[in-house]
Amino acid sequence: MTTHNNIRFIQGNEACVEGAIYAGINFFAGYPITPSTEIAEHLASRLPQQGGKFIQMEDEIASMGAIIGASLTGNKVMTATSGPGFSLKQEALGYACMAEIPCVIANVQRGGPSTGNPTHVSQGDINQARWGTHGDHAIIAMTASSHQDVFNITVDAFNMAETYRTPVIILLDEVIGHMREKLVIPDPGVIPVVKRLQTSVPKDVDYHPYLPREDGRLPMSDFGGEHRYNVTGLFHDMWGFPSNDPKIVRGLLRHLVDKIENNVSDITRYKEYWLDNAEYVLVSYGAAARSSIHLARNRQARGVKLGVLELQTIWPFPAELVREKCAGAKAVMVVEMNMGQLVAQVKSAVDTPDKVFLCNRIDGELISPTDIKTALRMIQGKGV
Amino acid sequence: MKQKEFNFKDYIRNRYFPHIWCPGCGHGIVLGALLRAVHELGLEKNEIVVTSGIGCSSRISGYVDFHTLHTIHGRALAFATGVKLSKPSLKAIVPMGDGDALAIGGNHFIHAARRNIDITAIVMNNRIYGMTGGQFSPLSGSGKKATTAPYLTIDRAFDIVDLAKSAGATFVARSTVFHATESKDIIKKAITHKGFSVVEILTQCPTYYGRKNKEGDAIQMMEGFNTHTAKIGSKKLENNPNLIQRGIFVEDKTVPEYCEAYDQIIATAMKESL
Ligand SMILES: Cc1ncc(C[n+]2csc(CCOP(=O)(O)OP(=O)(O)O)c2C)c(N)n1
Ligand code: SF4
Ligand SMILES: [Mg+2]
Repeated sequence: MTTHNNIRFIQGNEACVEGAIYAGINFFAGYPITPSTEIAEHLASRLPQQGGKFIQMEDEIASMGAIIGASLTGNKVMTATSGPGFSLKQEALGYACMAEIPCVIANVQRGGPSTGNPTHVSQGDINQARWGTHGDHAIIAMTASSHQDVFNITVDAFNMAETYRTPVIILLDEVIGHMREKLVIPDPGVIPVVKRLQTSVPKDVDYHPYLPREDGRLPMSDFGGEHRYNVTGLFHDMWGFPSNDPKIVRGLLRHLVDKIENNVSDITRYKEYWLDNAEYVLVSYGAAARSSIHLARNRQARGVKLGVLELQTIWPFPAELVREKCAGAKAVMVVEMNMGQLVAQVKSAVDTPDKVFLCNRIDGELISPTDIKTALRMIQGKGV
Repeated sequence: MKQKEFNFKDYIRNRYFPHIWCPGCGHGIVLGALLRAVHELGLEKNEIVVTSGIGCSSRISGYVDFHTLHTIHGRALAFATGVKLSKPSLKAIVPMGDGDALAIGGNHFIHAARRNIDITAIVMNNRIYGMTGGQFSPLSGSGKKATTAPYLTIDRAFDIVDLAKSAGATFVARSTVFHATESKDIIKKAITHKGFSVVEILTQCPTYYGRKNKEGDAIQMMEGFNTHTAKIGSKKLENNPNLIQRGIFVEDKTVPEYCEAYDQIIATAMKESL
C-alpha cells in the first residue's frame, strides 16, 4: 500500500540509503568524499536509530577493512565513496573477493583521473569496478537511472552479496546521486530480502568455511559463534588454511570466477524501451540512460524506430542479452559518459561489431538528448 | 576450582604446523606468552578474535585456535575495528609486525589509539621486515644495515611507547622475549584493560637483522634484550637511565571506551527518533 509515509522526495544517494535499510544494513564504515557523502551522513543518523552502527574511519582503506570485519560477525555491511576513495579500497576489495565476504560498496562516480572533477558527472569507473583490484576475479557491479531503481538495485546488491558471498559494487553517478526525485518505499516483504545463509553444522562438529554445498553456496558461521576457523587472503583450502598446492589454487580461482560468471542470467538486471522492431538501439546506463530514454520517446512520437536497452547489471557483462537485443538493429549506439568503457564490451557481444558506435561526453556535463540525436543523425547519414 | 594446567596443544591448530618461522625467531615466544595469558585469564576460545596483517609475525593468527582473520599488510587494526564494534562482546587481539603496525599501518595505529577502541595490539618489534627478507623498518633506527640500506640507514626510529601514548592509547607497555613471563603478565593486563592497549615486545630476527648487524645468534640477541633494558623503577634503570625501559607506562581507566560510547549514541538516537 502506498501511503504518504513511504513517499519521499529525495536525492539518489538517499534512495541508496533507503534501499540499504530495506535490505537490512546494520553496519557502515566510510570516509567523506563528494559526491557520495550524503550516503554516510544519512546512515550516521539512521543506523543508530535502529541499533545499527556507523563509524567514520581514518580513510577509505580502513573503511573497507572495517566493513569486512563487521560482515564476518554476521552483519549486512556497506561503505560509500567516489573515484579516489574507490582506488584506495581496491586491495581490501580484492581481499573480500578472495575470502568471499558479503559486502556492498557504493561508488558515486566523479570525473577522473586523480581528484578530477569532484562535483560533476562522469561514468569513468566502469573498468575500475571490473579490474581495479589485482589478479583474476569476478565481480558484480550494478547501476540505475532513477531513484526507484537505485532503491531496487541497492536491495539487489545486498541480496547478491549474500547469495554469492562476494563484494557487490553500486556504481552511481553525480547526477543520480544528487538529483532530487520521488521515491516510493515498498512495504516490507514486497521485495524479498536474502538473509545470511548460516551453516547447519552443529557445535563441536568440524565446519569447513570454504566447502561449497551442492548448489555452490557457502554457508557461513559468524565470528564469535560456535565454529572457529581461519579467514585469509592467501589461496586456501576448505578449512581456510593457506595453500599453494596447484590443485587448490586452480580450484579456488575457478570457483571465485564461476560462481558469478555461471549465474549471469540471475544477476542481470536491465530495462528495455521500444526494442521491438527497433532499427536503432541505444545501449546505456545511469544518468546517460535518462537522456537516451528521453530522446527515444521523443523520436518514437515522430515514427523513428529507436529503442533503448538500459543495463543495470554492468558486471558480469550480460553479453548474451546484449547480443539478442541488438540482433535486429541497423546500428547500435552506446551512450556513456566516459571515453568508451562499455562500448568495447558491446562490440564484442554483438554479431556485427562494425554497427556499434560510441556516443559519449567527457566534459563533466550531462550528456543531453540533443547530443545523442546529433550522433544518431550522423550514423544515419543525415548529417547534423 | 583449580585451573587446568597450561597445555600448548589446547590452543593451537595442529593442522597448521610446522610453523614457518626460522629457528631462533623470537615470534614463537610471543605466541607462547599470548597463549599462556589467555589460559591464565580463563578465557573461552570462542570469545577471542585474533586479527593480523601480513608479515612473519602476522602468521600467528593461523596457528591459534580462536576466530582468526589474516588480512592485508598494515590494515589489521581497521578490520579488527569492524569486528569489535560490530560485536563488542568479543576480545580483539591484534599481533603485528613493526613494519605492519607502524609503516604501512601507522595511520590505523594512531587512529585506533585515539578512538580508544577495546583492542589489544601486540607489536612484535624485530626492527626489520622479516617476511620480505631484511629491509629496514621504521623501527630499525639510524646507522643500521639492511638489504635496502647497504650503506646504513638514515631514518630515525619511532619510539612505539611514546607514539602510542601521544596518540591516546590508554594502556601502553613494553617487554621483550627474554622476559617471557613478564610479557605474559603484561599481555594479561592489556587484554583485561578496557580500551586500546599497546604492548611492544622486542623480539629477534636472527636471520636478517641479527646477521646483517652482526648481533650474533638468537641467544646472543636475546641476552642483548636483557642487558639493554631495565624495568621502570628498578635500581638498574636508576644506575643507567639510558637503558630501554620495560613495564607499564600508561594504564588509564578514565577515558570512555569507543564501543561503550557508541552504545550511548544508539540510546540517544533511539530516543530522538521516537
Ligand atoms: C601492500 C603490501 N605491500 C608490501 C607487502 C610486502 N610485505 C609483506 S610483509 C612486509 C613487511 C613485514 O615486516 P613486519 O611487519 O615488520 O613483520 P615481520 O615479518 O618482521 O614479522 C612487507 C613489506 C605486502 N604484502 N603488501
Ligand atoms: S625472517 Fe626473521 S622474523 Fe621472519 S621468521 Fe625468520 S627470524 Fe623470524
Ligand atoms: Mg618486523
